[in-house]
Amino acid sequence: MTELLERFCAGERRALAKVITIIENNLPGKNELLSRIYPRAGKAFVVGVTGAPGAGKSSLLDRLTEVIRRRGLTVGVVAVDPTSPFTGGAILGDRIRMQQHTMDKGVFVRSLATRGSLGGLARSAKEVITALDAFGIDVILVETVGVGQSEVDIMKISNATLVVLTPAGGDGVQAIKAGIMEIADIFVVNKCDLPNAEKTVREINGMLDMDNWAGVWRPPVLATNTLVNTGIDKLWQTLEYFREYQKSTGLMAEARKAKLRSDLLEILENEIRLKVQKGLLDNGRLDQELAEVLEGADPYTMAGKLLKDILAH
Amino acid sequence: MLRPIKVLIAKPGLDGHDRGAKVVSRALRDAGMEVIYTGLFQTPDEVVEAALQEDVDVLGLSILSGAHMTLIPRIMDLLKENKAEDILLVPGGTIVQKEEINELLAKGVPVVFGPDTPLEQIVTFIKENAKIA
Repeated sequence: MTELLERFCAGERRALAKVITIIENNLPGKNELLSRIYPRAGKAFVVGVTGAPGAGKSSLLDRLTEVIRRRGLTVGVVAVDPTSPFTGGAILGDRIRMQQHTMDKGVFVRSLATRGSLGGLARSAKEVITALDAFGIDVILVETVGVGQSEVDIMKISNATLVVLTPAGGDGVQAIKAGIMEIADIFVVNKCDLPNAEKTVREINGMLDMDNWAGVWRPPVLATNTLVNTGIDKLWQTLEYFREYQKSTGLMAEARKAKLRSDLLEILENEIRLKVQKGLLDNGRLDQELAEVLEGADPYTMAGKLLKDILAH
Repeated sequence: MLRPIKVLIAKPGLDGHDRGAKVVSRALRDAGMEVIYTGLFQTPDEVVEAALQEDVDVLGLSILSGAHMTLIPRIMDLLKENKAEDILLVPGGTIVQKEEINELLAKGVPVVFGPDTPLEQIVTFIKENAKIA
């Protein structure tokens, strides 16, 4: 473990890959590892990219990576694709769109499967981001699975969330629905060479203008085309501008506090789940105590007693 | 719970035929594995770099260009250079000549899957030979 950490801290990419494997698979030593690298994290700019299947998320990431690399910043990509609910297998195909960056030492791409998580991300995504951040990567792009309307986990882990739409995505009613339309910091209408692109931009703007944005960030609606590279520079400039805005308004500090709070809560919940596993399931104690409940003891009192016991150990 | 086997299916070299790669990817997916596909026209360096970044257990190569006697040894060298020989190499495609297959096996390639290999055979081989920590 120490050797792996030393290599990680020395900037060895292979060590980063191994650290991510430990995180992704909940292998022994994960928590210790994360606690050791955590102090190094917190500097990266995390950009979440979400949208329907085939909206062009991977291609957009590919183009955005080009622009960011031209500014001399390093890029980490976390690309999530769905796990089969039937076999547990997955096809992770986001790399295909990012081939041109494979040999660039300033870019690191990792594919994750959702493994049963329903919010559009893998359960391990947040901690994988922490690893990339701690490794010293400047900008981390996180691509969700192709989403429907309500997979909104991405906003909890990103500093900025892009919602990618395409023309012909539906009429104005689609645009006022709840869910992913509410989580965008920036809207991107991709494939803007297709018919009705302008109309789509107009409809999203129309939806946004129903609200009063005085004193708060009003998500801009940008048009992009990844085939001929339209609008990508502007997208990055807008992201940088958004970041500055967050810093200057104190929103970033607020978001950081909220994130740390939910991180802490999540780690606690995990620890408690582990204690239940160790103290009640692995040793068969739950089944022993079950006998008493079967004979009429109420489960609430029993749960309280067991909780006290496992927390004491 | 055992973690899923992670596989990179790669198309090194200059052939644009990836039906086979996709069929095999699908079969491995259905066998519960996580399969990353690189897409077409990859150099050996790109294939190995992708395998390292993804930290895969298995590297499947689909080669239909006839250049397997160049590509496979090159990829083996690169794996060795990167101390990644623990990745299970599984080449397949239009590799039919007995002499070539024997030469590859003698070089340390664990297996060669030519045309007509049943999918279950590939799945079984990977399940039995992939080293999952």
